[in-house]
Amino acid sequence: MLPILLLFSLFILLRGHYYPGGGFVGGLIAAIAFVLHSFTNGTDDTLKLLRVHPSAFIPVGLGIAALSMFAPMLVGQPVMTGLWFNEPFPVIGLIGSALFFDIGVYIVVVGVVLTILFTISQYSE
Amino acid sequence: MIDNTLIFPVIVHLFTAIVLLFFWRKTVAQRIISIAGSLIAMLLAVRLFTMVWNDGIRTMQAAGWDAPFGITFVADVFSSMMVLLTAFSGVAVSTYSATGVARGRMLYGYFPIFHLLLMGLNGAFLTGDIFNLYVWFEVIIIASFVFMTLGGRKAQIEGAVKYMAMNILASTFFLTGIAILYGITGTLNMADLSLKIGALENRKLVDITAIFFIIGFGIKSAVFPLYFWLPSSYHTPPSAVAAVFGGLLTKVGIYALFRMFTLIFIPDDFLTTLLVVLAIFTIITGTFGAVIKNNIRRVFSYLIVCHIGFMVGGLGMYSEIALTGALLYLFHDIMVKTNIFLIAGLIRKLRGTMNMDKLGGLYKEYPLLSLVIALVLFSLVGVPPLSGFWPKIYLFEAGFIDAQYALLAAIIVGSFATLYVIAKLWAKVFWKDQPELPDGESLRDEFKPLNRFRKSLLVAPIVFLAAITLYIGLAAENITAVAQHIAHEMKDVSPYIEAVLGPNVSP
Repeated sequence: MLPILLLFSLFILLRGHYYPGGGFVGGLIAAIAFVLHSFTNGTDDTLKLLRVHPSAFIPVGLGIAALSMFAPMLVGQPVMTGLWFNEPFPVIGLIGSALFFDIGVYIVVVGVVLTILFTISQYSE
Repeated sequence: MIDNTLIFPVIVHLFTAIVLLFFWRKTVAQRIISIAGSLIAMLLAVRLFTMVWNDGIRTMQAAGWDAPFGITFVADVFSSMMVLLTAFSGVAVSTYSATGVARGRMLYGYFPIFHLLLMGLNGAFLTGDIFNLYVWFEVIIIASFVFMTLGGRKAQIEGAVKYMAMNILASTFFLTGIAILYGITGTLNMADLSLKIGALENRKLVDITAIFFIIGFGIKSAVFPLYFWLPSSYHTPPSAVAAVFGGLLTKVGIYALFRMFTLIFIPDDFLTTLLVVLAIFTIITGTFGAVIKNNIRRVFSYLIVCHIGFMVGGLGMYSEIALTGALLYLFHDIMVKTNIFLIAGLIRKLRGTMNMDKLGGLYKEYPLLSLVIALVLFSLVGVPPLSGFWPKIYLFEAGFIDAQYALLAAIIVGSFATLYVIAKLWAKVFWKDQPELPDGESLRDEFKPLNRFRKSLLVAPIVFLAAITLYIGLAAENITAVAQHIAHEMKDVSPYIEAVLGPNVSP
């Protein structure tokens, strides 16, 4: 289940710009994938699988989201302007700075949800 | 014109907070990063202020959406002055926190939250969009809830619950007010609102909307009759936190009141009378509270309430002189109030208690430090030529011109009560000998065992803020020029509107 759900969450993340979906929902689905894994194999196993503690995801995601917000500044546009690459990428389509914001949100959501749930589950064990 | 510089003070704190999150468990690194971040923010704030002071109002349309549709950030002299003062307090408090805050709190994200709080404050000062202002207020109160409960002692939770309940109520009023405003004008941009509200026929509706904002901001800045949450919650968190709260958080409410009631609602007789009456009661109740309390920090909390009344009163009189006085008081108050809470924290470090009856003899032991503290305390009282004195001259002058004798009487009572309280505090804590303690109690001195460097980290911010206070007092003509400039901008808002909406829209 884990790879399928993760793949699906990525699909939701990328779909987000024009259809329902996006970083938040995608992040939740990815978090569910890990939570299901922890139900079957135990929290410790999942933590091993992740290699780093989920709380370490939070600053990374925040950083990416914040950078995407201020990237337009470097090319002389007001903060938070959407920037777009001119050439569409294969499969994904046009990429803009909004996508990086969504990726940031995705990572933060995974980090926050897993931190909360794993802390509770380890505390109650 | 594209001008991102004015948002830098917000960005710096955001990035400092994010970088701090990477160093979650490393408290030494956190302290260094926090102080560095605050210093950079201070430099940027100084730069922003000089830019605005020399070249006039700066605006930035976020994401390139032009006003009144997009979110506008505006830096006029008032907001950049507030950003500057926030930055000074930020440097002082983050330096003080490096030794003044327990390591356990740092492990649970004290510094990141501190910088998010400062980000919220700067955002609130710089925004030119009323809904965006609401969002920044939310950022501030979320950060402050975490701040209040960090540590998890029972008294803290109790204080935080009161604080949270009152702030949610305040936010609800604020949001309702915004909804009504949007309903009657169809815009959220402050400059645009200013034009459209001015053109409205139905003044009663405007007054009622204004009352929503008075209640909302009144709760946040602890105006009578909604002040009671403040003394009961501000004495619970650690002193460094209380310093930010006492120095800055209530002042955001005041800032918002000033902004709303000079730019959007031009007060008519009804509103000015209301503000003056509220101010009188705020001063009187704050005074009573301060006189009877014995714990230093509770006394200071009531003094906040009392002095909030001075500023609201200045706004209520609504002449240029009164506004100048109120603004001067605001500037002076941010510096001094931040400092006295740091001082309260230092006294606690020295003696392990904040009960005035158990303290004494500090002057004998630390004469130099006591002199600095005396300087701050007497600025608070307003002994000429220190900083608390000048605003009162303006307030008195305005009061005589407008014949607001009740408010004048209240200000005099408030000033004398402050004098009495501070004199009592000085005599009890610094002059009289250390009293005998009841059996089983002993004083805990956490200051002595610290090494020189850590001691200086505790004392330096107090000296730094005292120096700024001294500057405000001795170089009063510079600060007064700033305040007069702002008061003038408040009376004539067309430069602000033109800066936001372009040159051809003024009525």
